[in-house]
Amino acid sequence: MIQALVFYLFAAIAVAGGVMVISARNPVHAVLFLILTFFNAAGLFLLNGAEFLAMVLVVVYVGAVAVLFLFVVMLLDINYLKLREGFLQYLPTGGLIGLILLVELVMVYGGWKLSPEAPLSAVTRIPAASAMSNTDALGRLIYTHYIYLFQASGLILLVAMIGAILLTLRKREGVRKQSIYRQNSRTKASSVEIRKVQSGGGI
Amino acid sequence: MDAMLLEYLPILMFLGIAVAVAAVCIGGSWIVARQKPDREKLSAYECGFEAFDDARTKFEVRFYLVAILFIIFDLEVAFLFPWAVSLGKIGLYGFWSMLGFLAVLTVGFIYEWRKGALEWE
Repeated sequence: MIQALVFYLFAAIAVAGGVMVISARNPVHAVLFLILTFFNAAGLFLLNGAEFLAMVLVVVYVGAVAVLFLFVVMLLDINYLKLREGFLQYLPTGGLIGLILLVELVMVYGGWKLSPEAPLSAVTRIPAASAMSNTDALGRLIYTHYIYLFQASGLILLVAMIGAILLTLRKREGVRKQSIYRQNSRTKASSVEIRKVQSGGGI
Repeated sequence: MDAMLLEYLPILMFLGIAVAVAAVCIGGSWIVARQKPDREKLSAYECGFEAFDDARTKFEVRFYLVAILFIIFDLEVAFLFPWAVSLGKIGLYGFWSMLGFLAVLTVGFIYEWRKGALEWE
């Protein structure tokens, strides 16, 4: 009973949050509603027994992706009121594209059939939640059976890292940086000199 | 209700308490306090003088770079959790599989270190 109640609570908040994401006036508020939606989606995962996915959703999406979205929203210095001006003008085109996507989704899911042999052809049977934790079950498959996909994900992360550096890193000219190594390797002999100065005369 | 979800029941209770406390705080001040807003009260307070312009200005793109590098290493750590849990079962193959993954990302890490992407001018 509580489970069903919590499911409807999470689902309702997630849908309401999703609606608010696209209808909020202030983009920063939209991102905050997105975070609320992520949290509720994590709750829904948890109700399905996918503990690991729920925690990763919170750690990665809420902790990192949402922060990045906030950065992007704040990085763009645009006038948000001006952005909304053409809303009615673009509504027919945007609405049409949205409708086409909706029809496509309905068609895909309408024709979705799971073959009766599909569960048998899986690598391992899905273990009961009491027998093995979700994280353990995932770990036994990702690193050995799905090793190529796992390594490919590593390469994708590498490409993302290099791409981000190439796109955003720029050196500023004429900045005097502190070099700890050079500071520490200075000796007394190389930096201090004692001279006898005659009184009345300069150096 | 199964045992796994029962373990999360305290978290649900905490969530409920947090929502209740927040609602009481905000709702209470909404109801009890006298509300008489005017234009001056609602304007941003900036040490007594008028606000010069919008608080929203352009950020340095460097913040974005740091955030994206953080996401990448965050994902890397997310892969480490199931590996650590199941390391006893997947044997040497799984162990070296993860080391290969980490080696690829270490190449990226050395690259960003040498490029100076982690340094702040």
